Amino acid sequence: MFWWLVWRDLILAWRRRADVLATLFFFVIVVSLFPLGIGPEGRLLRTIAPGVVWVAALLASMLSLGRMFAGDYQDGTLEQMLLSPQSIYLLVFGKVFAHWLISEVPLVVVAPLLGVQFGLAQNNLSTVAVSLLLGTPVLSIIGSVGAALTLGLRAANVLVALLVLPLFIPALIFGAGAVEASVNGASPRPWLLLLAATLIVTLVFGPWATGAALKISVE
Amino acid sequence: MLEAINLGCVRGDRQLFTNLNFLLEPGGLIEVRGPNGSGKTSLLRILCGLAAPAEGELRWRSEDIRSLDEGYSGEIAYLAHQNGVKDELTAIENLRISSALNGQALTKHETQTFLERVGLARCQDLPARVLSAGQRRRLALARLLAADASVWILDEVMASLDDAAVALSREFISNHLNDGGMAIVATHQELGLPASKTQRIDLRP
Repeated sequence: MFWWLVWRDLILAWRRRADVLATLFFFVIVVSLFPLGIGPEGRLLRTIAPGVVWVAALLASMLSLGRMFAGDYQDGTLEQMLLSPQSIYLLVFGKVFAHWLISEVPLVVVAPLLGVQFGLAQNNLSTVAVSLLLGTPVLSIIGSVGAALTLGLRAANVLVALLVLPLFIPALIFGAGAVEASVNGASPRPWLLLLAATLIVTLVFGPWATGAALKISVE
Repeated sequence: MLEAINLGCVRGDRQLFTNLNFLLEPGGLIEVRGPNGSGKTSLLRILCGLAAPAEGELRWRSEDIRSLDEGYSGEIAYLAHQNGVKDELTAIENLRISSALNGQALTKHETQTFLERVGLARCQDLPARVLSAGQRRRLALARLLAADASVWILDEVMASLDDAAVALSREFISNHLNDGGMAIVATHQELGLPASKTQRIDLRP
């Protein structure tokens, strides 16, 4: 059932790929505006690169969060899924995993390319990718709680941002910290471990919270 | 069997119904009737376990459905106002995927058989977006047939169906009852099923 759900969401995303591409282009453009605006000052660019890439990733994820459950809620498929004899944890986990594959993995893939514009060295670029690889699932999971809570409300998108962005702060600090350490020639390892720990904690508790929120929203 | 004990439902500050009791046994049918806004859908959502009753309890084989949770969801199939059909998927994909999510992996051939039974064989490869309201309803009926559940909970099952499909859905319900299934149907139309096993619940606003 898990793989069917992921497969279904991948087909849906493919048939509505404009939405996915919009998120990706948003990320690319926001990150690219900084080097263009600031000019070729290598040292400054290297200093701001970690923060810029990570903040842009947060904002780009916000764009796609609203879509995570809204479509299924409107056409009644979410109700059917909640009535299926499967565990709700697995259901949420499938939805979140599919969201991560569709909306976050493309960010992880292009981020190192964008880092080149900031004059980051090879090993810094791999830290960018690794930190996003560990951090973006956190964004998807925490975001799913917000998306589930605001389901069916007016101005849901704004509300999700207000609810979820503050909760993204730990991931932002650890992720940007890892890249910054690597830029300064230190080891990013401790930051990445902290990020991994954040991921494990959200992985354990997030889907339960999302499941409970979905039940409330559907009622 | 499904037993309701003193069910009550409150929406906002309005009491929709109280002290609702029934006992539904294999082969039995409950018709829920009442004008718009009298709480038919709210009742059905309580019976599915999607909403909690304000008072009273619902028992499946003498156990409270809240303690059964997923064990109860496996016994019911709910056809809501919304068909639960994805616009971007074709009819056959819709049925296959929704059945798989419900725990029944159908082969392609089985899926086609179900679509044939509801008269959608010709449009199986069309995206649901281009299907008419009645055809989407037929697709939802196919999901119901495929679900293999013992209790059918149907909300306005005949809405937007043509005469042929209305007859078809009557036939499905009566077959289901003959096989020892149970059904709870909210409707404005006559179901035209044998009265011996039918109970009626009239909701007043």
